[in-house]
Amino acid sequence: MSGGLGNLIKTLQIDTRLLGMIGAFIVISLVFHVATGGTFLTPRNLFTLTLQTASVAVMATGMVFVIVTRNIDLSIGSLLGIVGMLMGVIQVQILPDIVGFGSPSIWIITVTVGILLGAAIGAFQGWLIGYLVIPSFIVTLGGLLIWRGGAWWVSKGTTISPLDPNFVMLGGASGTIGVTASWGLAIVGSILTVVFLMNTRRKHISHNFAVKPLWAEYALGAILVSAICGITAVLNAYLVPTRILERRFAAEGLEMPEGYTEAYGFPISVLIVLFVTIAMTIVAKKTRFGRYIFAMGGNPDAAELSGINTRMLTVKVFALMGALTAIAAVIASARLGSAGSSLGELDELRVIAAAVIGGTALAGGVGTIYGAILGALIMQALVSGMGMVGVDSPLQNMIVGGVLIIAVWIDIIYRRKTGDA
Amino acid sequence: MSTPLLEMRNISIHFGGIKAVDDVSIDVMPGEVVGLLGHNGAGKSTLIKILSGAYKKDAGEIYVDGKKVEINSPIDARQHNIETIYQTLALSDNLDAASNLFLGREITTKFGLVDDTAMEAESRKIMARLNPNFQRFSEPVRSLSGGQRQSVAIARAVYFNARILIMDEPTAALGVHETAMVADLIKELKAQGLGIFLISHDTREMMDLCDRVSVMKNGQLIGTEKVEDVTEDDILSMIIMGKNPKKAA
Repeated sequence: MSGGLGNLIKTLQIDTRLLGMIGAFIVISLVFHVATGGTFLTPRNLFTLTLQTASVAVMATGMVFVIVTRNIDLSIGSLLGIVGMLMGVIQVQILPDIVGFGSPSIWIITVTVGILLGAAIGAFQGWLIGYLVIPSFIVTLGGLLIWRGGAWWVSKGTTISPLDPNFVMLGGASGTIGVTASWGLAIVGSILTVVFLMNTRRKHISHNFAVKPLWAEYALGAILVSAICGITAVLNAYLVPTRILERRFAAEGLEMPEGYTEAYGFPISVLIVLFVTIAMTIVAKKTRFGRYIFAMGGNPDAAELSGINTRMLTVKVFALMGALTAIAAVIASARLGSAGSSLGELDELRVIAAAVIGGTALAGGVGTIYGAILGALIMQALVSGMGMVGVDSPLQNMIVGGVLIIAVWIDIIYRRKTGDA
Repeated sequence: MSTPLLEMRNISIHFGGIKAVDDVSIDVMPGEVVGLLGHNGAGKSTLIKILSGAYKKDAGEIYVDGKKVEINSPIDARQHNIETIYQTLALSDNLDAASNLFLGREITTKFGLVDDTAMEAESRKIMARLNPNFQRFSEPVRSLSGGQRQSVAIARAVYFNARILIMDEPTAALGVHETAMVADLIKELKAQGLGIFLISHDTREMMDLCDRVSVMKNGQLIGTEKVEDVTEDDILSMIIMGKNPKKAA
């Protein structure tokens, strides 16, 4: 029975794990769609789902590298908290006095300082782990307490709001690029995908490597392009509510034309996730840095003997994790429009769960960026869906916990079966 | 007599209070295989790790082509064309053959990205020479047999023009057929003028492959002899008794 389908998947060279995760996401979505009486798989809900996933997804890509090098980072939730809080202070209490209220330079300076700060804290933790050889579990467990305490100390328990209006757009809830730009991006993305497939094929042929049959290339290209266009179509189908449009027209002293509609398109935060995903995938697959991360995860001694400075590599991996956490802090605080001292609480566990559900092995050496993104999406779909169905929050936590354990168990069986260690 | 390709002179290293290597001198000529023998813990692997840059010596000097060199890291060793093939098959199991072969020395495109296609093409070329049966280029090396993995490790050394090759128990994890393959490979590399240090427990194999053998015990060098001048029993007594029967006689 699996013969025909199995051969098809093999010819197309699609990762079976990826198929499994997409399948899991579809099953979860369909179940909630039925259970909610048809409100789960709507453009509006899917739009919200992507917004809610964005900050965890960004951090999950960094967590893949951390776990691949046989480390763990428990501090990111607290790191997100303190960086978010400091960015709040900078943009609300410091910069308006210097550059003037509402200046567009406020969000740029805030984000830059935040990312540098996140990277610096991450690098420091990485230095403790790589050079002083303190286990990452301990360093980042300490970090979890220290940075959360720091966030409370900076804010004295208060919440900083409202944040800079330009900064808030980065959260995506009020910052979308509209229909035309979204389709423009989809077209550019589709063209790049096709060019990439053609380039790979041409290169393989020039070296006399075996290539997929031509129909398989076409099929793969068609699947990817329809996926890009499908996602764009869904996000473009979410219309701005009429009363918001009316208010906007009224504010400009105009009458809204009869039957006028407008859709949101891609939220800026989702574009940030897309950019981070592509950049991190290139880093993982196509740079020496990424190659060394996986080499170190597979066999630290071999990496060391090959002349790789594994200590410095550890510092860089944690610095990158810190920078990504700062980006996640931008998204999370901008989405809420405020920076509270409990921002990011328990995010470390959501992020680790997303990476692990996405196929990152805690033993090190194995993991993919797209897997972590899908893992984050699956987790958020579960949580949102249960919320919509009206599952109590304690029960939600219990179910998510159970799903995490079962997902890892399935993963272990999968690896054993495929000999994928 | 010509200059040795490589000479380690009066090397010492200690870990805590234990002298793992104590005032040991060995050398190798071009096109020569020198065997290192001794019990576990005799100091062979430690000595060799000093040469490959994994450990730093406390005393002594290293000469390549008669010139003194400093080896403080694996990168230094590679710059002097010293390549090591380890007992524990030092490969990253989760990476494919080409990634392992080029680890630390990747071929990059003009944009600075790693060029997997070019690396696989180069790997195919060198494997066609060393192990023509090898075909599994796109799988992680964990799924390969011991012999296939060892041929990846050897290909790595050969590809980067090793002049001095250190082989630490290269056949320990291999079957009969694969051991013969590695032995043939050693003979071929020797014919190409490489100097080879070979560590093994198998005295008979050493008598067959080596030109000279150096025997160590408790971190000290017992003696270095040409294989045609000694019997297997002589070597065994050097290993076990720690005495050189030729000098005693």
